[in-house]
Amino acid sequence: MCLAIPARVVELLDNDVAVVAFDTVRKRISLALVEDVAIGDFVLVHVGYALHKVSVEEAERTLGMMAEAGVLREELEEISA
Amino acid sequence: MKYVDEYRDRDLARTVAAAIAAEADPDRSYHFMEFCGGHTHAIFRYGVQDLMPENVHFVHGPGCPVCVLPVARLDDAVELAERYGVILCTYGDMMRVPGTKQRSLIRAKADGADVRMVYSTADALRIARENPDRQVVFFAIGFETTTPPTAVALKTAEAEKLGNFSVFCNHVLTPSAISHILESPEVRDLGIVKIDGFLGPSHVSSVIGSQPYEFFAEEFQKPVVIAGFEPLDVMQSVLMLIRQVNDGRCEVENEYTRVVTEEGNVKAQTLVSEVFELRKSFDWRGLGTVPYSALRIRDRFAKFDAEKQFELSVKASREVKSCECPSILRGVKKPTDCKLFGTVCTPQSPVGSCMVSSEGACAAYWTYGRFRDQQPSKLEAAE
Repeated sequence: MCLAIPARVVELLDNDVAVVAFDTVRKRISLALVEDVAIGDFVLVHVGYALHKVSVEEAERTLGMMAEAGVLREELEEISA
Repeated sequence: MKYVDEYRDRDLARTVAAAIAAEADPDRSYHFMEFCGGHTHAIFRYGVQDLMPENVHFVHGPGCPVCVLPVARLDDAVELAERYGVILCTYGDMMRVPGTKQRSLIRAKADGADVRMVYSTADALRIARENPDRQVVFFAIGFETTTPPTAVALKTAEAEKLGNFSVFCNHVLTPSAISHILESPEVRDLGIVKIDGFLGPSHVSSVIGSQPYEFFAEEFQKPVVIAGFEPLDVMQSVLMLIRQVNDGRCEVENEYTRVVTEEGNVKAQTLVSEVFELRKSFDWRGLGTVPYSALRIRDRFAKFDAEKQFELSVKASREVKSCECPSILRGVKKPTDCKLFGTVCTPQSPVGSCMVSSEGACAAYWTYGRFRDQQPSKLEAAE
C-alpha cells in the first residue's frame, strides 16, 4: 500500500479520471490531486491517485528498482485485483 | 531500463562508500533513523549497511502506518464490521493485522462479516453507490500520501450526497511523530535511542514538501536529509548527514530533488486542510499518546465521519506482552532482540504489526537481513 508506482497516462476521461498503463496492466486512476496532465505524461500513482508528475527518467528508475527488488509484481497484482 | 544502471552503478557506489569512510570521524558514532519503510527495504535489499563503516548505524523508525496503528483502533474497525454489519472497506495491508485476542479483519470476514479489500478510495465510493441499502465505511489509514485520496473521497461523497458512506479516519502525521521520538517522556521506560539525524521520507515529502521539517530541524537540532529510494540515494543522503554532523549543522537538505520540492503538492495540501483538522492527541502503537499527530474529519463532514455516525465502545485492548513492536518502532531494539522473532512470529503467522506489513522492520529483517545479525561470526569466518 505504501509504495507509489509511476505509470504512463494513455487516456483522459471526464471527472479527473485517467487511464494509465502500468507495464501490461491498464487502470483507471484519479487526477484530482494533480494539474495539467496530458496523454503521455508519467504520474506517480499511489492508492489509485496520481500524486504528482514525474519525468520518464525517474519513472524508469523507480520501475527498475521495484522490479529488481521483487515488489513490482506484488503491487501490480494488487492494482489489477 | 537504461536509467536504472547509473543509480545502481557499482563504481559509483564504491566512490560514495569511500567518501563516507573517509569523512566519518572514527572518534564518533553516527546513528541515523530512516522513517520510511521504503528506505528500510532499500537498506536491506541492497546491503547498504555492509557498505558503511562500523561507526555508521541505521535505526529503523516507525515509518509504516499499519505498524503504528494501535490495536484499539483495529478493534473498532472489527466492531464496525461485526456489530453494525457495515461493509467495511480497507487497504489490503490491514487485513491480517492481529487485534485483541489475535482477531483480525480477515478472521472477521471468514466468520461472515462483510470486509472488502479495496485498492483505492474510489473503489469504496463505488461500493457505496452499488449498495444503497447498506452502510459502507472506509477504514482510512496512512501518512500524508494516503490522506489526500481520503479527502477527495469525502468531498465526492458530499457532492453526490451519498447517505450510506463514511470514513473511519486514522490518518497520522510524519513530522509530529519524528518530534515525539526525540522528546517524549516514554524514552525513560523504553530506553534512550541515540539519533544523530534523519533520512526524511521521500513520497510523504513529495506531498508536504521539505519545508515542514525545517522547524523541527531547528527546534530539535537534528539534521534531516530527504532521501530517494535508490540505494545510491540512501548512501548519498548518509554522506550528506555525516557532513552536517561533522560541521555541527542542523539543516533540512533535499537529496531527492528530482521529485521533492520545498512546497510539495499544494493542491493536495489544500484539499486535506479543507476536509481535516488536527486531533489534540492520538495513540500510536509503540509511541503512546502523541499530541497533534493525527487528523480528524471536520464538523462540516460529520455526516461522513464513522466516529460520529457509530457508537464505538471503548475497550481495553491489549498488545501481546512479549511482542517487542513498541521498542522496535522507536528504534530502541532490533527485530532480532525479540523472543518471538522468527519463532512464533513470522510473515505467515505474524504476532506483531511490524511482521505483518511488508514495510515493517521485522518483515524486512525476515526477508533480507536476519542471518546477518544473528550469525556475524560465521559470516565473517566464511569470507
